[in-house]
Amino acid sequence: MLSEALLKKFEQVIARYPLKRSAIVPCLLFAQDEMGFISDEVIEEVARRVEVRPVEVIEDIGYYSMLHRNPLGKYNLQVCTNVSCMVRGGEEILEHCKKRLGVGHKETTPDGLFSLEEVECLGACCGAPAMQVNYDFYEDLTPAKVDALLERLRRQ
Amino acid sequence: MSEYQNYLKGSPLEVRVLTRRFGIPNSTSIDVYLQHDGYKALKKAFEIGPDAIINEMKNSGLRGRGGAGFNTGMKWSFVPKQSARPKYVVCNADESEPGTCKDRPLMEYDPHQLLEGIIIAGFAIGSHQGYIYIRGEYRYLMEILDRALAEAYARGFLGKNILGTGFDFDLCTHTGAGAYECGEETALLNSLEGLRGYPRIKPPFPAIVGLYEGPTIINNVETLANVPHIIQNGAEWFAKLGTPKNGGTRLFCLSGHIERPGVYELPMGFPLRRMIEEVGGGVPGGRQLKAVIPGGSSCPVLTADEVDVAMDFDAVAKIGSMLGSGGVVVLDEETCMVKVAQRIMKFYAHESCGWCIPCREGTSWLKSLLERFHSGAGLPEDPDTALDVSYNMLGKTLCPLGDAAAMPTISILKKFRSEFEEHLKLGCCPFEKKAVSVA
Repeated sequence: MLSEALLKKFEQVIARYPLKRSAIVPCLLFAQDEMGFISDEVIEEVARRVEVRPVEVIEDIGYYSMLHRNPLGKYNLQVCTNVSCMVRGGEEILEHCKKRLGVGHKETTPDGLFSLEEVECLGACCGAPAMQVNYDFYEDLTPAKVDALLERLRRQ
Repeated sequence: MSEYQNYLKGSPLEVRVLTRRFGIPNSTSIDVYLQHDGYKALKKAFEIGPDAIINEMKNSGLRGRGGAGFNTGMKWSFVPKQSARPKYVVCNADESEPGTCKDRPLMEYDPHQLLEGIIIAGFAIGSHQGYIYIRGEYRYLMEILDRALAEAYARGFLGKNILGTGFDFDLCTHTGAGAYECGEETALLNSLEGLRGYPRIKPPFPAIVGLYEGPTIINNVETLANVPHIIQNGAEWFAKLGTPKNGGTRLFCLSGHIERPGVYELPMGFPLRRMIEEVGGGVPGGRQLKAVIPGGSSCPVLTADEVDVAMDFDAVAKIGSMLGSGGVVVLDEETCMVKVAQRIMKFYAHESCGWCIPCREGTSWLKSLLERFHSGAGLPEDPDTALDVSYNMLGKTLCPLGDAAAMPTISILKKFRSEFEEHLKLGCCPFEKKAVSVA
């Protein structure tokens, strides 16, 4: 069952566009924010509301890197290793996360708390090396700062 | 809770136009904006009318800050006056060019400046609906913009009959969900129509057939944020801030091996060497400069000998690169340029939408080739093969992503060929402490 709040949000978002299907990606992302991933139910509901076939919604999911069909960890660590971050230790930060969490790129810890992803430029170049945890930015990272952050997230 | 840097380190060399309200407490609120000349330009725009606005824009010499550098007023003038279909204004806030983080502070600290620019653009071309397409990762900025939009509606700067002029304009945010390609204007339009972000064939240009097949202008955040200042202070004032045909200031994002990384607002044409040395504090640790990416990773890299250049569109083009998106990435002597080429190509291979074969195949093959080469297992013919593949991508794709992948690669292969030779000779990367044995 999708929440009332989410269905209301779908309605509001769809009303913004002369062409309903414009709302597909925002609706999917807002659903994912609430449920952690995009379920079959969400796909069918969005497709019905914007008047397209479910396969057209699935096509979009395959294209956009932030949309997921499977649950991620509660905290999704997205470490940037693009040039500005790379030359300030971004790859070392990624390696450190892999070691600490015992998972690799696009993997989730068995307790479901953390998932890890190597990502492309986050627009945090002047705070390199940087990562995003869900939607929050963490910048000027060091392995010690990563450890402190992981500890804090574990206790939350 | 985010823990991120204030990118505004400040420099006495800055000329603060777009960033002038940054640092004022509560600068995102409409009250503070109104206290500091906010929405005055909109009133003036209504007085002078659409033709005069477009003329001012043309004469100001403002060129697109997303990277292409096309004259903004000219772009607006291509929109037909009469149109059977509704016209649209789209703000491109899909900032994704590696090395670029300038639109972030513009939206974070002064969202109303952007909104005012978009409303003026809408009035100028006779549009009644605008969208701000913002990258999915910038969720906190979308929330800031949504609050600002609600304020602007509440005060009558958006919606029906704005300021009693009879002009109606609606504006809302639209989130992307992770796709560099959607920063390209026609791919952005497809994405905004709920499709995959594949580029469209041009012509027709979006000014004629754009969003929902209506005439559409698509401008970058920084471009639109400049509009209120041009209308308020005049084209001549704006043009004089920069160099001929390159009006205004530019937000430069200094990153990489630089003492004070940050976003700095400098006049167009500011010398690159002074930008690195005086504004950014130079390369840390007394190390030597090796190379500079002048405007995001799509631009051909400059060597340390090429940094005596004025940072405007024409001067940087003259030396074979591009001013691009304002992302200046500084690389020191300890940087492996083969590794830089490889990482840049990894990015484009990941982001190629796969629509055009030269880009889809070229980026993935070049990525494999450069990875192998950097690991020390390269073949003597690899650099020439890479050049050949790159040249076969140039100009052969619908959107500029293919070019964007090929251009930096060609520049590194040509300007840093000796580093490729060294990898071959040593059988490993000379810059990595632990040599890889390939015996």
